[in-house]
Amino acid sequence: MGPDVRPGQQLEPRTYRVTRADLVRYAGASGDFNPIHWSDRVATGVGLPGVIAHGMYTMALGSRAVASWVGDPGAFVEYGVRFTRPVVVPDDDAGAEVVVAGAVRSIEDGLAQIDLTVTAEGEKVLAQARATVRLPAAPA
Amino acid sequence: MPLDPSFAGRTYPPTEPYLVGREKIREFAAAIGAADGPFVDAEAAKALGYPDVIAPPTFAMAVASSASQRVFDDPELGLDFSRVVHGDQRFAYQRPIRAGDRLVTTCTIEEIMSRAGHDFLTTRADVTTEDGEAVLSAWSRLVVRAADHGDGA
Repeated sequence: MGPDVRPGQQLEPRTYRVTRADLVRYAGASGDFNPIHWSDRVATGVGLPGVIAHGMYTMALGSRAVASWVGDPGAFVEYGVRFTRPVVVPDDDAGAEVVVAGAVRSIEDGLAQIDLTVTAEGEKVLAQARATVRLPAAPA
Repeated sequence: MPLDPSFAGRTYPPTEPYLVGREKIREFAAAIGAADGPFVDAEAAKALGYPDVIAPPTFAMAVASSASQRVFDDPELGLDFSRVVHGDQRFAYQRPIRAGDRLVTTCTIEEIMSRAGHDFLTTRADVTTEDGEAVLSAWSRLVVRAADHGDGA
């Protein structure tokens, strides 16, 4: 995403794979050891279809997509999401697939607002997902 | 029992400084599948204008969580964490977190409301350096689902 970015521009979707091993790793790195993210017994016991990804993991995947479009993961000014549907991660090698698409909503004062559409199995898992990022300065 | 709305506005004491290390950033970046570029390579970070490796944007949550925990564990508030679902999350950044930061987090309850038997709790965590430089704020909205009735769950 260069200085020629314009409102309405669609950003190339990014696809990420999430496995149980990723969730275990994320639990350790983030300190969120809620067992619904690693134990089928506990997850189904509270009415979930199975182990689900941390909402913050899905949010992190959204940030990866934005960083890849903008070219600077430190360019975030704001980033917010609503968690609407869990990402169920089966206990197999394939795991789950999360797709992050984006569109430029507005550009003002060197800041771009990007609307994110984040889906798993074709269903939206986040709502009101939006990032505001500082755009790189145009070359002089 | 619903959460007491009079807790809105309550601010909890700041945390002890959290010292951000390169290896913790690397670990977090690897966990989200992004152990590359300015998260792990100081030269790549410098090329983007940062003095040291930077953390992924959502790493802020790992830093702020110990402060939020003070709210969740407050016996007077009486939050039943087994019924809590993370509803919304939002961050506003002054700059990225970077290795070498010593970060202090202060947590405030911004809003408590009830609707259809569910409670909604919004907390704001303000993260600054030990010297008082603002780094980011994080808003978390938790949904406390209504207690189950008569189904033995």
